[in-house]
Amino acid sequence: MSVTHEIDDRLLMGYAAGLLPEAYDLLVATAVSLDDEARARLEGFEALGGALLSEQPVAPLREGSFEEVMARINGTVPEDTVHPDVRTPRTDPVLPQPLRDALGGDLEDVRWQSIGLGSRQAIVPTWAEEGASVRLMHIPAGQAMPEHGHDGAEYVLVLKGSIEDRGMTFRRGDLSHADGTVEHTPTAGPGEDCVCLALTDAPLLLKGLLPRIAQRFLDI
Amino acid sequence: MDDEPRDEAFWTRQLVAVGARRDRAAYAQLFEFYAPRIKAFLIRTGLGPSAAEDCMQDVMVTVWRKAHIYDPTRASVTTWLFTIARNRKIDLIRRARRPEPEQLPWGPEPEPAQADVIALQEDARRLRQAVAQLPPKQRDLVERAFYGDLSHSEIALETGLPLGTIKSRIRLAIDRLRHAMQADPAEERVP
Repeated sequence: MSVTHEIDDRLLMGYAAGLLPEAYDLLVATAVSLDDEARARLEGFEALGGALLSEQPVAPLREGSFEEVMARINGTVPEDTVHPDVRTPRTDPVLPQPLRDALGGDLEDVRWQSIGLGSRQAIVPTWAEEGASVRLMHIPAGQAMPEHGHDGAEYVLVLKGSIEDRGMTFRRGDLSHADGTVEHTPTAGPGEDCVCLALTDAPLLLKGLLPRIAQRFLDI
Repeated sequence: MDDEPRDEAFWTRQLVAVGARRDRAAYAQLFEFYAPRIKAFLIRTGLGPSAAEDCMQDVMVTVWRKAHIYDPTRASVTTWLFTIARNRKIDLIRRARRPEPEQLPWGPEPEPAQADVIALQEDARRLRQAVAQLPPKQRDLVERAFYGDLSHSEIALETGLPLGTIKSRIRLAIDRLRHAMQADPAEERVP
């Protein structure tokens, strides 16, 4: 596991603080699952959250609060027979657990939509009102992602194969980031089809008429 | 027993006691200290007092039920409680489970190395102290970054808090866990 284009601290801190839209939460949770260095940075920010919590002035509790909680505890069975490792069996070498949970299955269960020239996508359902959207993409080896310009942030997390973009190569676990000012053509590397998780926080503005119709139809 | 200092080590012992033997006295201590702080944190991050009380109660029930998976080499008690409270609040708002990183499987050793636990507690104590001693302006920046205004997060990263040490410590703990997993055939176990 060696990630060379790692996720940045701002996203990790936003995740730690609990301030990100759900699509970003999914991107971060997936990226962190593939990068132990990022996991350590994330848990460092969570330690900061813990320090702030313990330095917090106290709020008065509802009367009988402790008794209410004890009553609930006495009515349930502790989960100490369940271990995390057997609860989440690793069956898919491409999709980390948070993504499998969001998609409701493994890579072979994904219901793809064709988006032309052999590329496919599957939109990951996330809480819609929060703006950003995230999709799983499958791009044939050597094929460019559908050409686009866009006015918001775009993140692409490689899960399988590779992506060439702006002279750089992104492999499994690498995160590519482009803001709205960049015109670029991410292309799947040669030799192996690419599977990646793409997040956009504004609709992609596809160039050309046919893709634009597809954009409306496919909710790209 | 009541003369013990209420430090990181004390709270770790209480939570481990809850996880290992469902120690009710230890749980009551944790509740008394942390429940009002968790509720205050939830109010600070936008919940009304009533919703914050309900959410805090959910968090404390979760603490009881999941205490056995608490790993004192990876997080202080406060940090662990913070992550549960944060996730529960988001789940309530979205009415769905928040995406979380893949769980690292358990290492084969039933008892975490005491030296690692103590080292992490010391890091956590220093971090808490550093937060407490921040000049008011910087403290305000960090809190705003954490409690709702994301545009401040970049600035807050530059406050000089000892986050690097704690990150390195956690990284070592993760590496050890990965190493232990590779050495342990039990990892192949299926449900």
